[in-house]
Amino acid sequence: MLQEQIPDLAKYVEPDRVRREVYTDPEIYGLEMQRIHERVWIYCGHESQVPKAGDYYTVQIGRQPMLMVRGADGKIHVLYNRCPHRGNMMCGDRKGNAGDFFRCSYHAWTFQHDGRLRSIPMMESGYSGTRYGKDNPDCSMKRAARVENYRGFVFTSLAKDGPTLAEFLGASRVAFDDMCDRAPEGEVEIVPNCFRVIQHSNWKIFLENQLDALHPSVTHQSTGRAAHEVEKMIAAKAKKGEAPLSYHMLSAFATVTIDKWDAFQTLNYPHGHCILTGYMGLRPQDPDTLAYDKIMIKKYGQQRFEEIVGVNIHHVLIYPGLSVQSPLQQLRAVRPLGVDRTLTEIWHFRLKGAPEAIYRRSLAYYNLVNSPATLVNADDLENFWKCHQGLSSDGGDWVTFGRHLGRDIEKNGVMETAPNCGTSEAPMRNQMKAWAEYMRG
Amino acid sequence: MAKKAPVRKANGRDVHYEVEQFLYRQAELLDTKHWQDWIELFTPDGVYWMPPEPSYKTWDGQPAIFAEDKNLMTVRMKRVLHPDAWSQRPLWETNHVVSNVVVEKVAPNGDVQVRSRFHMMELRRDDVRHFAGSYRHELKKTKDGYRIKLQRVDMTNAQAAYDYVLQMWV
Repeated sequence: MLQEQIPDLAKYVEPDRVRREVYTDPEIYGLEMQRIHERVWIYCGHESQVPKAGDYYTVQIGRQPMLMVRGADGKIHVLYNRCPHRGNMMCGDRKGNAGDFFRCSYHAWTFQHDGRLRSIPMMESGYSGTRYGKDNPDCSMKRAARVENYRGFVFTSLAKDGPTLAEFLGASRVAFDDMCDRAPEGEVEIVPNCFRVIQHSNWKIFLENQLDALHPSVTHQSTGRAAHEVEKMIAAKAKKGEAPLSYHMLSAFATVTIDKWDAFQTLNYPHGHCILTGYMGLRPQDPDTLAYDKIMIKKYGQQRFEEIVGVNIHHVLIYPGLSVQSPLQQLRAVRPLGVDRTLTEIWHFRLKGAPEAIYRRSLAYYNLVNSPATLVNADDLENFWKCHQGLSSDGGDWVTFGRHLGRDIEKNGVMETAPNCGTSEAPMRNQMKAWAEYMRG
Repeated sequence: MAKKAPVRKANGRDVHYEVEQFLYRQAELLDTKHWQDWIELFTPDGVYWMPPEPSYKTWDGQPAIFAEDKNLMTVRMKRVLHPDAWSQRPLWETNHVVSNVVVEKVAPNGDVQVRSRFHMMELRRDDVRHFAGSYRHELKKTKDGYRIKLQRVDMTNAQAAYDYVLQMWV
């Protein structure tokens, strides 16, 4: 019926501009939850978040409250967080351990970890001769249509049909390969803390900012300059003349001036996924890095080691819900809460088998940039809010993405930005192209 | 033989008074935006720490909402004072109330461990937010008065999602 109210979605999106209602109209928001977030592959969490049988985490997929739970057989299940009896939410906590089975707090129906009905109090006397019982699938907790795991990262799709996870991710799976391959043991584990921050803006505004190489030196110059001043002060005092790498991570926002960002490149893939290349100088020659290199070379050999650490990625955007900084082992999952409210869940991962110092290096970034007291994202969130306010006005109808338009180079279905066009708005054009395809249904 | 006279110590009430005055002064420096003076309340190796949850035992090597030495505090101060700190442009005020002060330990050298409770109201544009929680200060007694070796801030709402972010020390 929404389709009838919005008969011609095509008119909302042109190759280089988008109608403002796409960000602000609650009906369009409802339709995109239905057509995009509740259909495509959405990130649930990492398998190391639920190590033991019965461990669960709640997660919002589109508008659906879901549970990711580890079964006694080690398998991870994704279920709707709802009792089939009277609709009571099964787990009211954000995370926990359900024990050997789920038990509803209202009438004590119990369920296996895979959602199957286990027992109902006085089931025989209460339900014999009715259609309710273990044989009726409607008496079990509803399962997500599809669950798949790529290198420990668990995704769910609430639609039976559609591409497999591997097909959906395509080249963007490098986000997880880049994380895991950098671990001497070939896998990562979760650092058990989730920073959760709510943005007062539409979910797409956040995603469009992730690969926007024009914004850092504008939005974040105050932090960049402040960090650069202190970095110089520390260097002048220090014996070796260098401040910790974390200062460089912050000062880069000022020292990498606006013109230098054009040297970066974006790669734009089907389904709206995009990669921003560039590595922010995270391969220094300090003793910690050299110790790590030694372990990696021993494990993988020189050639494979060079391949692994040579992966040149700053950011991977997996549309429509995940922003990954693989060289720093952190990700932000995007959970839309409403047309103008968006929750980000921010996680950090440990490279298994890597020295403590390597973990601490990326931890510094996690704390300084991604914590709720962020020195960086505060200014992003301010801009997102201002964007959403502006788009709610009648001051104009369009959001434009015209920068370096027509200069992208297509290679086997991948739109690459041309040399020295790193600030191109190609990633936004690519995301809106995918959006329009999904919304056409 | 006559009993040795007991060494005269600062009486408990004096310590309590001094510590309270110190905590009030710290809160006032925040509310009046005297950031540099606030930073000067820390010892050279002092740390301001806000853990993500109460079970954390140390700030070192762990996720932290804040874990700042004086250098990082200086970055934060310089950031908000920069004219292009966009998020700092709107009207922004805070009001701290510190109470329930309990002196937990007084060392022979005068160093003090003290816990207290705070309530902070923040106004940003037209929005009011409330934060509450507890402080634990490890104070070093110096000739210039107390200085903070470690300030631990446990927010009661630390585990809840943050509606927007924290830009300054709480």
